[in-house]
Amino acid sequence: MQIEVLKQVNSARQARQAVVIVTDLAAGSTIVFTEGQPVPECLRDVVGKALQTGKSGLAEADGAQVFLNVYLPPPRIVAIGAVHITQALARLAPMMNFDLSIIDPRTAFATPERFEGVDLIADWPEDVLKDRGLDAYTALVAVTHDPKIDDYPIADALRSRCFYVGALGSRKTHAKRIERLKEVGLSDEDISSIRAPIGLDIGASSPEEIALAIMAEIVQAFRRRPISGQSA
Amino acid sequence: MSAASLDPLTLAETWKAEGRDVAIATVIETWGSAPRPVGSHLIIDAEGNFEGSVSGGCVEGAVITEALDVLEAGTPKLLEFGVADETAWRVGLSCGGRIRVYVEKLN
Repeated sequence: MQIEVLKQVNSARQARQAVVIVTDLAAGSTIVFTEGQPVPECLRDVVGKALQTGKSGLAEADGAQVFLNVYLPPPRIVAIGAVHITQALARLAPMMNFDLSIIDPRTAFATPERFEGVDLIADWPEDVLKDRGLDAYTALVAVTHDPKIDDYPIADALRSRCFYVGALGSRKTHAKRIERLKEVGLSDEDISSIRAPIGLDIGASSPEEIALAIMAEIVQAFRRRPISGQSA
Repeated sequence: MSAASLDPLTLAETWKAEGRDVAIATVIETWGSAPRPVGSHLIIDAEGNFEGSVSGGCVEGAVITEALDVLEAGTPKLLEFGVADETAWRVGLSCGGRIRVYVEKLN
């Protein structure tokens, strides 16, 4: 392996970008693709599959046996709202191997007692997200019901290409939200990717059931996410 | 020591920058109950210092010995360990699985 390959892999991992090393076992040669980079025709299928599934393994490409080592950033959830639903989500997320952070400026909600062992930040999303940016491997869950708190992170998540953006609220609430998001310059296409009403339709009623519907929708969005660069 | 500084690929870059020769061993295939998944790394320098794991301790000794050869010769090696294999009995992949490990020099 060339040191340049290793440097590219390490800097991609540092920047939370997906990256694949392809090694031709017979030739001993190595190439590396960071997600979004064009992939030559003969490797497109195997590299795309590796990025999609996150599974490393052997494959055939152009008659040669290659080994693909995939490094996906660990997926995470950023939830806006220290509410009953996110108390339940805080128990489901670790089971599904997602890191979770909860942001809520309302200190009455965001108390350590209600969220023991959870990464909880009692501050405004616009201040918190400046330091910990959203990215394509982050799911944004906005459940405060308050436009003053939810709107900014929703817009930020759409611009940051989060693989999942979900927002709590009735269809009527969401219709008003769409108008506000258009005013800050987001496209119809971006806005239409918001999951609202939030969560898979399992007839969820209790906060725990809604958390389950949201968690399931996040898993679905992650497993079926489009991989950039594959059409290049 | 922080988690990042123990990450084998990050450490491999650091070692190389310090002027050390570095080999990278990677699990490329497993059968049965292998202790470390495909893609796991062990890095080795010319003095036999190592970090990471390809088997959770079962075959690391043998991989390190082979890695020293790879560092000297410069050409990669494909190693196989398993219960059906004489070497495996000697080095002891006691979990009953089989693994293939690719060892290459960082140039």
